[in-house]
Amino acid sequence: MQDLKLLANDNRGLSQLEAGFDLLGWDEVTQGSVLPSFEGDASNIANLKAEERTYSGYNSYTATVASWRVIKPVFNRDICIDCQNCWVWCPDSSILSRDKQMLGIDYDHCKGCEVCVEVCPTNPKSLLMFNEHADLEESLASWPEKKKKEKKSEEA
Amino acid sequence: MAITSIKNLKEFSTNNDRFEGAHTLCPGCAHSMIVRELMNCTNDNLVVSANTGCLEVSTAVYPFTSWDTSWIHIGFENAATAVTGAEVMHKVRKKKGTLKDNDAPVKFVAFGGDGSTFDIGFQWLSGAMERGHDFTYICLDNENYANTGGQRSSATPIGATTSTSVAGTHSYGKKEKKKDIVSIMAAHGAPYVAQLAPNKWKSMAKGFQKALETEGPCFINTVSPCCTEWKFDPKDTIGITDLSTDSLMFPIYEILDGHELNILYRPKNIITVEEYMSAQGRYKHLFKPQYRHIIEEVQKEVDNNWAMLQRREEARV
Repeated sequence: MQDLKLLANDNRGLSQLEAGFDLLGWDEVTQGSVLPSFEGDASNIANLKAEERTYSGYNSYTATVASWRVIKPVFNRDICIDCQNCWVWCPDSSILSRDKQMLGIDYDHCKGCEVCVEVCPTNPKSLLMFNEHADLEESLASWPEKKKKEKKSEEA
Repeated sequence: MAITSIKNLKEFSTNNDRFEGAHTLCPGCAHSMIVRELMNCTNDNLVVSANTGCLEVSTAVYPFTSWDTSWIHIGFENAATAVTGAEVMHKVRKKKGTLKDNDAPVKFVAFGGDGSTFDIGFQWLSGAMERGHDFTYICLDNENYANTGGQRSSATPIGATTSTSVAGTHSYGKKEKKKDIVSIMAAHGAPYVAQLAPNKWKSMAKGFQKALETEGPCFINTVSPCCTEWKFDPKDTIGITDLSTDSLMFPIYEILDGHELNILYRPKNIITVEEYMSAQGRYKHLFKPQYRHIIEEVQKEVDNNWAMLQRREEARV
C-alpha cells in the first residue's frame, strides 16, 4: 500500500495539493467553479514567456504527467537545425523554444508520444527515443551516424 | 488586431504558449496540436468555450486547467451558445463602458468534437450561425465519440468500425455516409467556412487568423486523427494526417461568404484511399475479399467530391 501512495504523490502534482490546498470533497462542490490560471493580473499573458508568468496552483503547467512515459525523447543540440517542426506539432507544449532556438524538452509535460522524432527532418534525427531511465550522456554517445542516401538506380 | 507572424516556423515559434501541457489527452492526440496552433496564432485576448468531449474532460481535470485564457464549459452541446452569450455581453458592456479595458481586442472561439458538432450540438451551432454573432467555431473532427469509447457519430465515414457499428461477418462497419458539415455551414451564409488539417500548419494558422479577423460567425472543420480509435501508433499522427489530405479523404479548402470556394492544398501525388485506409486499424476488415467493394465505393465518392470541389473553384459561384 505504501508504494501506491508514493505513486500517487508523484502523479500529476498531487503532492502540491497536499502541501497547501484546501479542496472540497465531491459532494461539497456546488454547481460551477472558477479556477484562476494565474496569480494577480493576467491581462498581458500573451506577451509573457512561461518563465515570466505567475502560474497559480490550478494551472496544469504546475502539474506533471511524466509518469505516463515509458520512453523519452533525447535532444541532440549538435545536429538540430532549429526548424521548429517539433515545436509546432508537439501535442503537449513540451518543446522548449526561445528566440527561434530549440532549447530542449520539458520532461514534466512530455508523454513520450514520439511525434517530435517522426517530424524531425535532420539526418540523423536530432531527437531520438530512449528508455525512460537511460542516462543522457550515454544516450548522446550512442547516437547513430549519418545515414548515406540509398542509390535510387539500384534496380536498373 | 494583434496577429502574430506566421511567415515561417521560426517566427511562429517565438509565440508564447497559452495552452499548457500536463492535460490528460492521449499521447499523440491531434486535438492539442490544433488548439495550440489557434492559441498561438493571435495575441488577442480569447474567450474560449468547449463542448463536452475529449478536449473538455482532458484540459479541465479538477483542480487543474490547461487554459491560459478565459474558458467556459457548460453542457455537451452548447459551446456555441455559451460563447455567443459571452460575445453579446462583451458587446453591451463595451457600449456602456463598464469593461476594465474597453479597447482590448477580444476574440470568441468555441471548440467542439465531431459528435457535439455534427449531432448533439448541431441545433445550437446552427442557431448561433443564424444569429450572426462574431465568433469562430472549430470542430475537432476525429470521426467518432472518442471520449466515451468510440461510438459512431454522423462524422464517421462509411466502412469504419466503431463500438456501435462493429464490423464482423455480417457487417462492414458503418453503413451511412459522412455528413458534409462544411457545405451545411456554408449554406448558413457564414462569411468564412473552411476545412483544415494540422499537418499543413501554415494553411491552418492562416485559416485560423482569417477566421478570427472576419467579423461574423466562422466555422472551421479540422481533421484530428485519433490514435486510440482509428487504431494507429501515436507517433504516426502527422503521417496519418498527411495520408488523409493526400488521399483527398480530407481536402483542404475554404468557402467565403457561402459560395466562393478556394482549394488551399493540392497534393502533388494523389494517393489512393486504400493507402490511407491500410494505415488504420479501423478499416482492417475492408481488406477482406467480401468487403473490398466498399473501398472502391469510397474511392469513387472521394474522386467525385474532388472533381466537384475543383469545378466549384473554377466556376467562382
